[in-house]
Amino acid sequence: MNEERKGLKEKITNSDIWRSMFRHGYEDTGRRYTLQVLQNVWLHLHPPRISRHALNFRFTWCMGGITFLMFLVTAVTGVLLMFYYRPTAEYAFHDVQYLEFDIPFGMLLRNMHRWAAHGMVISVMLHMFRVFLTGSYKKPREFNWAVGVILLLVTFFLSFTGYLLPWDQLAFWAVTVGTNMARATPVLGHEGPFAPQDITQSNDVRFALLAGTIVGPSTLLRFYILHCVAVPLLASVLMALHFWRVRKDGGISGPL
Amino acid sequence: MEHLIALVTKPDNVPIVAILFLIPYFIWLSYRQARQTDKTGVPSDAALNDKVYVWPYLCRNEFICAIIVMLVLGVWSIMIDAPLEEPSDPTKTPNPSKAPWYFLALQEMLVYFDPWIAGVVLPGLIIAGLVAIPYIDINPKGKGYYTIKERPFALGVFCFGFIILWIVLMVVGTFLRGPGWNFFAPWEAWDPHLVVPLTNVNLSYLFGIRDADTANFFGFVMVAGYFAIGPLFYLWKSKSSQFLQELGLVRYIVVSFLFLTMLALPIKMILRVVLNVKYIWVSPWFNV
Repeated sequence: MNEERKGLKEKITNSDIWRSMFRHGYEDTGRRYTLQVLQNVWLHLHPPRISRHALNFRFTWCMGGITFLMFLVTAVTGVLLMFYYRPTAEYAFHDVQYLEFDIPFGMLLRNMHRWAAHGMVISVMLHMFRVFLTGSYKKPREFNWAVGVILLLVTFFLSFTGYLLPWDQLAFWAVTVGTNMARATPVLGHEGPFAPQDITQSNDVRFALLAGTIVGPSTLLRFYILHCVAVPLLASVLMALHFWRVRKDGGISGPL
Repeated sequence: MEHLIALVTKPDNVPIVAILFLIPYFIWLSYRQARQTDKTGVPSDAALNDKVYVWPYLCRNEFICAIIVMLVLGVWSIMIDAPLEEPSDPTKTPNPSKAPWYFLALQEMLVYFDPWIAGVVLPGLIIAGLVAIPYIDINPKGKGYYTIKERPFALGVFCFGFIILWIVLMVVGTFLRGPGWNFFAPWEAWDPHLVVPLTNVNLSYLFGIRDADTANFFGFVMVAGYFAIGPLFYLWKSKSSQFLQELGLVRYIVVSFLFLTMLALPIKMILRVVLNVKYIWVSPWFNV
């Protein structure tokens, strides 16, 4: 029976029709597996082989990968959202309404963007927790942990700048509350301790963040550009560094 | 009860509800593995050199994981709509005004410290402290596996900071802080007209000091004395402790400063709740 099946399989794969469609067979060898990773631009960040424990979900929780996946989802949905959104105080809110009610799948698009962003904040925190619990920041991975901390901040800042863009009450006041602390920065904030005489509310660190003394149209534009261009670029550069260092520092950490 | 259901099912609170399940689950998962390692010992070299091909084994895992996550995200996005409130209005302040949920631990700290500490200095020190971790933790053990026995202090400090001072405060800020940032139990409806008398006094007042200059000096002594615990402990133990000698003075100063700063938050919280203490140190330039 088995022999027969094997014969039939060979007969099919050797037929002229089959061979016209598939140029060669799938070679089930280690060389093939290695080349699969090395010759593919999307997979080449991986090493050809890893230790078996790195496959274990209970060890890695998959959180680093999920964070990256969430970043990709927000990047793709974010680009699509940009087609329908104008970052000015007159239009912003109505563009979001238009997106929700008139654009086909607009609501779904916005939901995916927002929930992926929230998901990314959760997964990046859990990723840090896992890396700490397994002591993976220890030599030689010290610097990559520092890069990771910066990436955590970048994630928070990406989410925070995006929070303002719907330009509704929730967005406006969350950002107002969140940026109010900057007033109290020592030396650089106009209400902070040791602020010099000539630091006022129109030239302190909060003014630099908001482009104004309150959250206003120029804040919207500033946060939009930070959210869509500047911070994602920074995040991409740091992520490239982070992933590269994971490889260079010996792959996923293990007890050695 | 209706109030609690409304709060828990608010679209933007979904991540916090998810965290309520995810954090205990992952603590349990890692605790079990740590117990296992502590009982049976670290895996041997032979087991570690067991390598597998990335294609197909790792790529397959990544693919399945990505599909599951996208499925969860898809269902979440179909079921729950992102919130959109009224158009923004600078003249209409909502009560309570809350920062995004991941900053609520910082907003919660504002109850206990002035904005320059809670909003600027402490967040700055959290970042600096996180970056410093690999450079001040000189324990070579516990790298690449879960363990409790081999690094109890590092784990204790980090878990206290992450779980209690970050996650729990975030949950408190989301579910238990209502209008006027007053504390409401989960079953209490948020009453915007609730009046809570402010009976807080400064620590110096509790000690019977009424004069501003003496209070300033008293506060300075309290804060300086608190941070002097670190150096004093070093002087007391450095001769006899092998560990402190290996750690070295510079690393020790950084560790003790960050550790004491972190503990200052729960200490201030307890002082506030138990003794209604407003400030420890009142000076003409700043208050602590």
